[in-house]
Amino acid sequence: MSLLVTDARLLDPAQQMDLRGSLLVVDGKVAALGPEVATHPAAAGAERVDARGALLCPGFIDLHVHFREPGQTHKECIETGSRAAVAGGFSSVCAMANTKPVNDSVAITEMMLSRAARTGLCRYFPLGAVTKGFAGEELADFGVLKAAGCVAFSDDGQPVVNAAIMRRALKYTAWLEVPIVAHEEDPDLSGKGYMNEGSVSARLGCLGIPAASEEVMVARDIVLAGYTGGHLHVAHVSTKGSLQMIREAKQRGIRVTCEVTPHHFALTDRELMRFDADFKMNPPLRSAADLEAILEALADGTVDAIATDHAPHTWDDKECELPLAAFGVIGLETAFPLALELLVNKGVLPLHRAVALFTSGPAGAFHLDAKGLGSLKPGNPADFVLVDLGGRIVVDRAFIQSRSFNTPFKGMDLPGKILGTWVEGRRVWG
Amino acid sequence: MTAERYVFPHKHLLGIEPLDARDITAILDQAQAFEAVCERADIKIVPALRKKLVVNLFFENSTRTRNSFEIAEKRLSAEIVNFDADTSSLAKGETLIDTALNLEAMHPDLIVMRHSAPGAHALLARHMKASIVNAGDGAHEHPTQALLDAYTLRQRFGRLEGLRVAVVGDIRHSRVVRSNLWLLTKMGARVTLVGPPTLLPDEIRATWPEVAISNALDPVLPEQDAVMILRIQFERGTGAYIPGQGEYIRHYQLNAGRLARCKPEVAVMHPGPINRGVEITSEVADGPNSLILRQVTNGVPVRMAVLYLLCHPHGEQVP
Repeated sequence: MSLLVTDARLLDPAQQMDLRGSLLVVDGKVAALGPEVATHPAAAGAERVDARGALLCPGFIDLHVHFREPGQTHKECIETGSRAAVAGGFSSVCAMANTKPVNDSVAITEMMLSRAARTGLCRYFPLGAVTKGFAGEELADFGVLKAAGCVAFSDDGQPVVNAAIMRRALKYTAWLEVPIVAHEEDPDLSGKGYMNEGSVSARLGCLGIPAASEEVMVARDIVLAGYTGGHLHVAHVSTKGSLQMIREAKQRGIRVTCEVTPHHFALTDRELMRFDADFKMNPPLRSAADLEAILEALADGTVDAIATDHAPHTWDDKECELPLAAFGVIGLETAFPLALELLVNKGVLPLHRAVALFTSGPAGAFHLDAKGLGSLKPGNPADFVLVDLGGRIVVDRAFIQSRSFNTPFKGMDLPGKILGTWVEGRRVWG
Repeated sequence: MTAERYVFPHKHLLGIEPLDARDITAILDQAQAFEAVCERADIKIVPALRKKLVVNLFFENSTRTRNSFEIAEKRLSAEIVNFDADTSSLAKGETLIDTALNLEAMHPDLIVMRHSAPGAHALLARHMKASIVNAGDGAHEHPTQALLDAYTLRQRFGRLEGLRVAVVGDIRHSRVVRSNLWLLTKMGARVTLVGPPTLLPDEIRATWPEVAISNALDPVLPEQDAVMILRIQFERGTGAYIPGQGEYIRHYQLNAGRLARCKPEVAVMHPGPINRGVEITSEVADGPNSLILRQVTNGVPVRMAVLYLLCHPHGEQVP
């Protein structure tokens, strides 16, 4: 079985490659890529796809999705979430452990993996819980869960409040080469807040979540990562202060990586002026100064990955009083178009850097590069995506593949049409 | 040249923020006409809202605002339904939207709602055809309170422009403050906010840059035309923001000593209910400078004016 994609713009940041050529896939692996590939002996008789000049890059990797299975499949399930992923160009997703029940056992991990295998769309990498039952008290069985398929550990959805537990989690996992993914939030500082604390919350009389709520925990965990040698991955960084600390920690050689979400580089808390819960998530949309700092950190390499924090919720969860509405937005189908529009077309980043934040960056952060993901080096699995950079998408219900439609980008017209997504040489979208 | 006839342009009263100075003046002028009705010796009722169905939807306890609205509605001859949040299906877990849709099915003309969630009225307005009047949404807005405060100030001073008004207390959690900030700044009054640092967010300045902010009360008192004292609510969690009642009294209580620092004609106001002996002493609350009961009286014609203009934006003659 071989496949030849011809006339593509081959962009693979891990190989510093950006050239016109073809990709040859044999038995699900990259056999060759470049301008001369069409004459490769294995290319004869291969199934052909004419890319017509479209962008071909490694399949995108999302470090942060919530697929709600098991427990809340009325919001999303592994099948619908996976379809949203491949529609957005993602060939791999890392799914958070805050399902019901939480993923703190081999049984849940295996159940998730079998569902994902049956779905057969994108690669599905579960995260395990940091603490049993998300109770914040006892460490989960890191080694056993890793062996079962977990690629990282997180109590995401809530912070690890107890510093001693976080210390031991970082220390223990350092040996296993897996990151602890931290949802950084001090529950006392956040209180009952439901939007960013700042000029907009002061104007609206809404309870705020201060930037300090995130920053005190980022500070704590950077100290603990430095002390233990563990790998801290900071999820959905939203504030200027957090990014400064992460930048400095990286300079000092502490093992810290981080991700930002498209909604945090696209929107600010001013969106809440209409009290629309499609703009309510945690961490909340921050100030314009925080957004500026996020763009800076994306540009200077402080940020390792763009991750969606894809968090599906039903209409009823959202169409209610703002303080009662669920936190979270979906993001898989809109992530790359937003990066293209707001980062590349606005001149924040060159295209190859933006693509790196969806490919080699996340692969490195969760050690998925060791599995050959995030780059199209010959021999690697042929996970790739074809994007029409000039094609437009409109964010309407028909475009969104997720079971839920809680996107803050409703109605937006964006560039970056995903023409097709392939996993191990098999077309799973388009 | 004939001036174009003013038409009240709003379907709802969700807050003071969407209003402009002309709208505010129109409401206050209309209230003045209704005040005459309220001061009548005999029948204090007009048929202006006859056959109109008004639903009072109070999800939060309120005695005076609800009574004031109900009296205003009765004086306008409206049909009234009171929706009691305690005995309703709310207790059975009905959502706000379902409550709204069920009311909508009975075709009300006006909904007067108080709710603890900021923006709850905006949500309601998206789902209902009726006009919505905000009787308080969390710490966001309480527009009829600001309007009756403005009415009271205008009655006392003959103007709002240039008036110096200090608002003292829990600025952070007060919907009265936010509505008053919108109203007073739109009408050209000069506002000073006073309170302890934990209850007086600096970020207020981003929206209202012309407003002065002070943690100390004493230095700002001499220049004020009016001092609005807010209720300090130790029982509702505000206590965690400040060390205690004694500390609060020492810095912020309006008492005879502090009143003596004010202009002799200063107006003392309070949206009520007052905590006697905490944010204000009885001597001051009941004294000659106090307009507190005047505010309550004025609440009725001001609310009549709001209800009336929402139903009759062209301002037909009051019969």
